[in-house]
Amino acid sequence: MNKLLKLSAVSLITIGSFSVQAGIFHSDTLKDVQAKGSLTCGVSTGTPGFSSPDSSGNWSGIDVDVCRAVAAATLGNAKKVKFVPLTAKERFVALSSGEIDMLSRNTTWTHTRDTSLGLTFAGVNYYDGQGFMVKKSLGVNSVKELDGASFCIQAGTTTELNLADYFRSNKMEFKSVTYDTSAQTKGGFEAGRCDALTSDVSQLAGLRSTLKDPSSAVVLGDVISKEPLGPVVRKDDNTWLNIVRWSLNAMIEAEELGVTSATIDDASTSPGVQRLQGKSGKLNESLGLSKDWSRNIIAQVGNYGESFERNIGMSTPIQLPRGVNQLWIKGGILYAPAFR
Amino acid sequence: MFIKLKSLLYNNEVRAALFQILAVVVIAYFAYQAFDNMMLNIEQRGIRSGFGFLNDEAGFAVNDNFFLEYSPASTNLQAFYVGIVNTLVVAITGIFFASVLGLIVGISRLSSNYLIRKMATVYIEIFRNIPILLQILFWYSIALSVFPSPKNSISFFDSIFLNSRGLYLPKPIEGIELYLVIASFVIGIIGYVFIKKHSNKKHDETGVVTNTIPHFLGLVVLLPIVVYLSFGVQLEYPVLKGFNFRGGVDLSIEFFALAFALSIYTATYIAEAIRSGVESVDSGQKEAASAMGLTQTQSLRLVVLPQALRVSIPPIINQYLNLTKNSSLAAAVGYTELVTIFSGTVLNVVGQAIEIIILTMLVYLTISLVISLILNIFNKKIQIKGK
Repeated sequence: MNKLLKLSAVSLITIGSFSVQAGIFHSDTLKDVQAKGSLTCGVSTGTPGFSSPDSSGNWSGIDVDVCRAVAAATLGNAKKVKFVPLTAKERFVALSSGEIDMLSRNTTWTHTRDTSLGLTFAGVNYYDGQGFMVKKSLGVNSVKELDGASFCIQAGTTTELNLADYFRSNKMEFKSVTYDTSAQTKGGFEAGRCDALTSDVSQLAGLRSTLKDPSSAVVLGDVISKEPLGPVVRKDDNTWLNIVRWSLNAMIEAEELGVTSATIDDASTSPGVQRLQGKSGKLNESLGLSKDWSRNIIAQVGNYGESFERNIGMSTPIQLPRGVNQLWIKGGILYAPAFR
Repeated sequence: MFIKLKSLLYNNEVRAALFQILAVVVIAYFAYQAFDNMMLNIEQRGIRSGFGFLNDEAGFAVNDNFFLEYSPASTNLQAFYVGIVNTLVVAITGIFFASVLGLIVGISRLSSNYLIRKMATVYIEIFRNIPILLQILFWYSIALSVFPSPKNSISFFDSIFLNSRGLYLPKPIEGIELYLVIASFVIGIIGYVFIKKHSNKKHDETGVVTNTIPHFLGLVVLLPIVVYLSFGVQLEYPVLKGFNFRGGVDLSIEFFALAFALSIYTATYIAEAIRSGVESVDSGQKEAASAMGLTQTQSLRLVVLPQALRVSIPPIINQYLNLTKNSSLAAAVGYTELVTIFSGTVLNVVGQAIEIIILTMLVYLTISLVISLILNIFNKKIQIKGK
């Protein structure tokens, strides 16, 4: 009898403590990151120019630079980032479960993702759109001529939905072959399994350059969707959302002010530059960061233009023009809210 | 009263039962707490929950679709059904061919012919020891490079076409003629079963063996053909239009690659199960069979295999289950089965991982349980009675 009582008491206590623990809820990402001493950032499994590792395991790309900017702002060191490669399918679960602190993995900002996954998009670091690559031998010049064709697509992307939407609204038929990774998609296209490969325009150029014979394929001029790509954070932490959002904005603002990683520490009389350098204003306080947070971003990662040219610009194998990703004052749509 | 209760507590059986009930309650409470916790977290993070998404429009296309109506305007629930059917089709196809091939190879491995025996051994040792995922990718890339492009399709009688995208067959159009052909086929099978039963009875009573193969050909093969020829069935032929064939029935190359790889791989395990079964049959049985004047084939079919199957069925059940579960590797080659469609595309669109993964797991669990149920019933039937 005594034993039985003891046993029930012990199990009740265990259960009790279990339910109490369940109530604790993580929502101070900044504190966690600073305690760990590193930022855990979700990236792609390898998208040239956006996030890809080199032979010695160093990650680079414009998505990677957003991670590095946040690390520079919060930890003062852009190198203190742990990259977690994620497939398109895994990415949101990894973020909402807390496995990563932020996601920066060419992810399209959509209404559903922004409102029903418990996640928030912190901004746009690349304005993309869905395009098509076809075999040159088909002699096709426009998507409209692809009625009845087969398309190679990567699973778990908005691409699948856009393609179906486009063909439905144009009353055309199509067949799709859905692969798990971008490399398989390219393989299927090369082997002639499909007539066209469809993906974000930014990726098509990179994929085409890795074909066995790049000149055998052409990227069509048609763009059938809007794909604003940007970093994502959990919804429950507003301060963290602001940190990620304004780290990206700092890079854009720096380009607009003409400040680069080489000139950030030069003395300037411009109030805008001084705010960016952390010499005036109190932009750091509401974010809970040190005064030199934005200075660290520019000094260690560079401004948006530097990041763009270094990773996907005309001097790289990807060779993407700035296009709409140019600053608003130069004819693009890149625009950081007022930095004051 | 109290004393009675106390003596009840000291009763061993009662105590054992009490502890077991307590254990169940504790486990159930933990499970409930974990679930409650999860729902709380989901709610706090503003993640949509529940199964309402099943009625939302799917919005994406599916390449392989066998029997169901589906278009991008269909709901997620319909996409889910398409996924289940596609998984079942590839699993059943794989199980059928793996069993046939496994039986042949398993017996060949014990053949007295040196070449056949060695060939079977080499086949088993090679395909059993290479990971299934690699084999699927291998056969897929072989298929893609061996078969021609749609414009140069291999054509059979201008009505069946084979190319690197799949196999295109004429589709019978529903109508009275089609029903007549199906009905004559069913009648043929029923008729044959009767004749077979009759001849078995005759064999049991008199020992006279009747050859029923002509009956089989006549009833099951010839009858439907005669009906087809005399009434005719309207067919929709696949036609090359633009980039692809349209109309008719198409089976994608991904389906073939996956079904082929699964069959080839699983057949090696089934062959080994068959071999162990045959080897478990005492050699005296075979000797007795040949002493009675049975031919090699008769001895195998009538004496050895029935006994061997008793030993082989349980491991074969496992292989069937493995094959079904392995079919989820289809994502690698883009065959649109349950995992690709539902926990791939739908999950990405909707984002409700918990609900979707639970549904997917439930489907596999159900399929697996049904397969083992059927085979366990079969196993019971062939066990030695009265043992």
